[in-house]
Amino acid sequence: MSQYKRMENPMFNPVSAPDYLPPEKLRELQTERFAFIIRRAYENVPFYRRRMDEKNLKPEDFRTLDDVKKLPFTIKADLRDTYPFGLFASPLKDIVRLHASSGTTGKPIVVAYTQSDLDVWQETMMRTMAAAGVSKDDIVQVAFGYGLFTGGLGAHYGAEGLGATVIPASGGNTERQIMLMKDFGVTAVACTPSYFVHIIEVAEKMGVDLHKLPLRRGMFGAEPWTEEMRRHIEEGAGIRAFDIYGLSEITGPGVGAACECQCGLHIFEDHYYPEIIDPDTLEVLPDGREGELVLSTLSKMAMPMIRYRTRDLTSIMTERCACGRTIRRISKISHRSDDMFIIRGVNVFPSQIETAILNEGKNLPHYQIILTRSHGLDNVEVDIEMTQEMFSDKVSAIESLTARFSHAIEKVLGIRVAVKMLPPNSIPRSEGKAKRVIDRRGNN
Amino acid sequence: MKLNQLSIFAENKPGSLNRICSILAENNIDILTLSLADTTDFGILRIITKDWEKARDVLTENRIIVRVTDVVAVEVPNRPGGMCSILDTLSKYSINVEYMYAFAATKAAIIILRVDAPEMAIEKLKADGSVKFVSPEDIFQS
Repeated sequence: MSQYKRMENPMFNPVSAPDYLPPEKLRELQTERFAFIIRRAYENVPFYRRRMDEKNLKPEDFRTLDDVKKLPFTIKADLRDTYPFGLFASPLKDIVRLHASSGTTGKPIVVAYTQSDLDVWQETMMRTMAAAGVSKDDIVQVAFGYGLFTGGLGAHYGAEGLGATVIPASGGNTERQIMLMKDFGVTAVACTPSYFVHIIEVAEKMGVDLHKLPLRRGMFGAEPWTEEMRRHIEEGAGIRAFDIYGLSEITGPGVGAACECQCGLHIFEDHYYPEIIDPDTLEVLPDGREGELVLSTLSKMAMPMIRYRTRDLTSIMTERCACGRTIRRISKISHRSDDMFIIRGVNVFPSQIETAILNEGKNLPHYQIILTRSHGLDNVEVDIEMTQEMFSDKVSAIESLTARFSHAIEKVLGIRVAVKMLPPNSIPRSEGKAKRVIDRRGNN
Repeated sequence: MKLNQLSIFAENKPGSLNRICSILAENNIDILTLSLADTTDFGILRIITKDWEKARDVLTENRIIVRVTDVVAVEVPNRPGGMCSILDTLSKYSINVEYMYAFAATKAAIIILRVDAPEMAIEKLKADGSVKFVSPEDIFQS
């Protein structure tokens, strides 16, 4: 059935073939690859051997996918503790690339790739872009940062692998980005969603109407974003915005991607095995239930990851996707368990505040959430930048706008929130991941 | 008559008015009169200037939020009770004054009125006959 469906689709790109594997075939492949990677990790990485020995597990104890739940988890701190090369399963002579992600505290996290790892990464990024409808006919501007961050090079090799024309713009210099889009007739762009919102804003200021450019598709990822933000981007630029997902600990972008149906993200399950766990009990949850996404790499040679806890909160979607792909989907990730802040005992995700702001205003203004503590009590302030559309010459009109924002946010949080309207450009812009929450509670 | 007032958003913190004023000064824009509304967090600076279009453009270029608002300028005698007849007329027709400010010349004072229905206000004040409207030409000569 799915085979027919994909043949009928004139957009079908042969690189996507593994997305349509019959489920039994896929499970067989996953089992075989999982067994191989467990053995490789056990034999080459003392960390994994120790962890498995502690549980009295030997590689041969893994027989079916049902045995995955017996394996120990890996967490971010494990990567930090083994810094820099402690989790490598290949000698450096076989490693051809290193990337690092900026840790928020102290040392970064280092990830390694053999040539075959880079090949798989490129393949999954080609499948990511093909799912968004990108082909060799496209001109793709990569506005993810190039460098130690995996976003730039990941997207670059994916687009190049498809035969598209790649513009390695990297992040920053927004006016030049817009000039390139216009002058080169860029049809697709890849960057963080918050940076693209900034691009829309700067284009407006420059008098460039993005709707009139050949730009049609955007692939956005590297930070959680909401459905409302997707609509804002699609309307603001006249493009279709596709969600892409990945993390450097696993490989970088190319772990999962939205297809033309734009409902959830397909996980490239032939290389990355997904599970959803309850972050408190660590029990595996059935499909459909929301919990923390746990990923295992099935083909990574240089640095296998076994049951890596991503901190991203999502669920595995049970229905088969209308696009015909058989690989499973996860629902859109709009928050991470470590983005969450607790304010007077209430768990809050920045995305909830973003949704409230978007529902009140027509456009998404720049905003920042500031947490402070006075006399032992937590306070939330939300700073929102004034826009031309929201402004009025009457104090009462601005005060009622501010009140509407605070009511909308208070309804979500259940506690009082001070909303402050600021002049444009008061909140620092990011050219990578947006910094939405400033927690100053530790300082007093 | 109707005048174009510029309404400018300013943060309530030291330096934010300086910034607006120095942009206007650098562009040689003469402010005839102004008023400032302030709250704890923000302020709205309202200015009347002959070069309102140029002022609006240079402020916008500097990413300052500015909006053009229609206001009504009338002249009243500079003596006790001079303003009352205008307010009487407006209240008779339930025209709401959002805010107002004035500047005085020697003999007469000019009042800038922001009302919810500027067209109607002009019509009724005209019919009333007791006020003298001030045109932009009158105001900006000198």
